Amino acid sequence: MKALLICEYREGKLLDSSYELLAFAGKLGADSAMVLIGDAVNVPRYGGTVYLADAAGYGEYNPDLHKQLVLAAVAQENPDYIVFQHSSYGWDLAPRVAAKLKVAQISEVIGINDDGFEVGCCNAKMRRTVKPAGAKAVLTVQAGAFSVQGEPQGTPNVEKLEIAGTGSVEFVGYEPAEAKGIDLGKAEVIVSAGRGVGKKDNVPVIAALAKALGGELGASRPVVDAGWVEHSHQVGTTGQTVSPKLYVACGISGAIQHLAGMKKSDFVVAINKDKDAPIGDVADVLIVADVMQFVPALTAKLQK
Amino acid sequence: MNILVCIKQVPDMESRFKANGEGVWYEETDLAFRMNEYDEYAVEQAVKLKEQLGDAPEVTVLSIGPDRVVEAIKKALAMGCDRALHVRDPAVHLKDPWQIASIISGYARDKGFDLIFTGMQSQDRGSAQVGVTVAEQLGYACVTTLVGFSYADGAITARRELEGGVKGVVRMKTPALLTCQLGLNVPRYPTLPNIMKAKKKEIVTVPVADLLKEEPLAATTGFYPPAKKGGGIVLEGDVADMADRLVGILKDKTAVLR
Ligand SMILES: Cc1cc2nc3c(=O)[nH]c(=O)nc-3n(C[C@H](O)[C@H](O)[C@H](O)COP(=O)(O)OP(=O)(O)OC[C@H]3O[C@@H](n4cnc5c(N)ncnc54)[C@H](O)[C@@H]3O)c2cc1C
Repeated sequence: MKALLICEYREGKLLDSSYELLAFAGKLGADSAMVLIGDAVNVPRYGGTVYLADAAGYGEYNPDLHKQLVLAAVAQENPDYIVFQHSSYGWDLAPRVAAKLKVAQISEVIGINDDGFEVGCCNAKMRRTVKPAGAKAVLTVQAGAFSVQGEPQGTPNVEKLEIAGTGSVEFVGYEPAEAKGIDLGKAEVIVSAGRGVGKKDNVPVIAALAKALGGELGASRPVVDAGWVEHSHQVGTTGQTVSPKLYVACGISGAIQHLAGMKKSDFVVAINKDKDAPIGDVADVLIVADVMQFVPALTAKLQK
Repeated sequence: MNILVCIKQVPDMESRFKANGEGVWYEETDLAFRMNEYDEYAVEQAVKLKEQLGDAPEVTVLSIGPDRVVEAIKKALAMGCDRALHVRDPAVHLKDPWQIASIISGYARDKGFDLIFTGMQSQDRGSAQVGVTVAEQLGYACVTTLVGFSYADGAITARRELEGGVKGVVRMKTPALLTCQLGLNVPRYPTLPNIMKAKKKEIVTVPVADLLKEEPLAATTGFYPPAKKGGGIVLEGDVADMADRLVGILKDKTAVLR
């Protein structure tokens, strides 16, 4: 069995998370080769073939060209599985490659079982097993689901990838993350407000608990999108990654993108009226309650 | 200008899910359905663009599913879409993303849509494939994870969200398909007068067999809850009592309270 692993490269660097694809290939028991649209200086240590295309020529994000480069590597390698990370790069490119090959694409794989690939669904509350109909498939794997077993060794056999063409989407540039605001990275206690707090007027109640615990206010994405809390407080994939001693999730369901930002917390308390909310899986203590009843009661106790 | 918006109806994610008889999707009884959150941003963006261009564009909303999806369609019409296509499919949950995309592109192929908006993913299946696959099938330029959009003279400038708060800025010409991410805009609530107006708008229904010509490329073989990790303490009951117990636990197990 052969897997073609599509690595990610951004602003001059190979993303470390690319190695998770190797861990996944290991789990599959597949021989692997890599595709890297990057530069020859940053080719990783690795004992197989690296199909290398020059990012300077093709652009770091040019979906039409990247699709053709991946397809060119597929034609040479004839893999059973073409594997991306489930990232802004992977979920953009994987369906394009799958559509051209007319093979199944399975998104956000978190496990492998006898019947196929395991994926999350229903906002992480449930799982599905999905099986490709044909022999080939394109997969995206969830970040962190397959952990890296140390850095790979060896010197790759580098094969140049070249294609001719232009893309229909022109890349203009990157906009950096907003730098202003608070740095939650160093906070020892974070109390985060989720959509379950109900409305903007309720946010001060959560902030009061944060204060009583000597910590900072965090937030999930919908709370930020709705303008209840400023973006610099957002925890998650597209917010900050935090590792406090205590993380209190108030009315947060525990979607994968939120967990990605807070799962390194030492101790997690979740307050949720839904006993089945996925946050319960990472919580050391799950309080099944209405957040607007429980939080003021807790704050009052702490202030005594 | 001719705009298409694709929407899905999904259950409220706070529901309790259990497997249906076939064991490959959820049992629908007792679930409350609503418009997929990501699609609300898609509808809003289409309607906003229509307003920007002086109401000239025609916005068609399309949804595939059983009769209940008409509720989501009506909401989109009340938000400002002009007309609707309901692709009637009582077994939509058995279609894979390739087939769903094929149904949409089968409809859109000869309609000359300049822009197609979809959500970046559905909240229930979460494949994040349908929009991109439609674009591939139609040969449209495509941008995923849209968090910023502007349009002038046939050219689009889009911001797509990458990891860690970084955005990528891209440009393209129509025809294009954009998949919308949370936070792109603020989806409006339909007002009562607009709900009334929407009642007069046309909803065309076609059976799925008219549009679907493709076999599935993947099948769901199981649907089940995640294995419970366990280990955590679950507290239920009286609020004051739980607050006391939590303070005790925090004193015991963390260095945060002394
Ligand atoms: C590409 C991408 C990137 C993303 N990045 C991030 C990110 O960085 N950070 C992030 O947080 N999300 C991110 N998301 C969004 C993520 O998928 C979820 O939509 C989001 O985390 C949900 O936030 P929530 O838990 O506050 O809301 P919901 O999922 O709506 O959950 C609300 C919870 O509150 C509970 N609740 C409701 N009312 C009460 C009450 N009165 N008392 C107690 N509990 C109550 C409910 O049971 C539910 O569990 C991203 C999504 C995508 C696709």
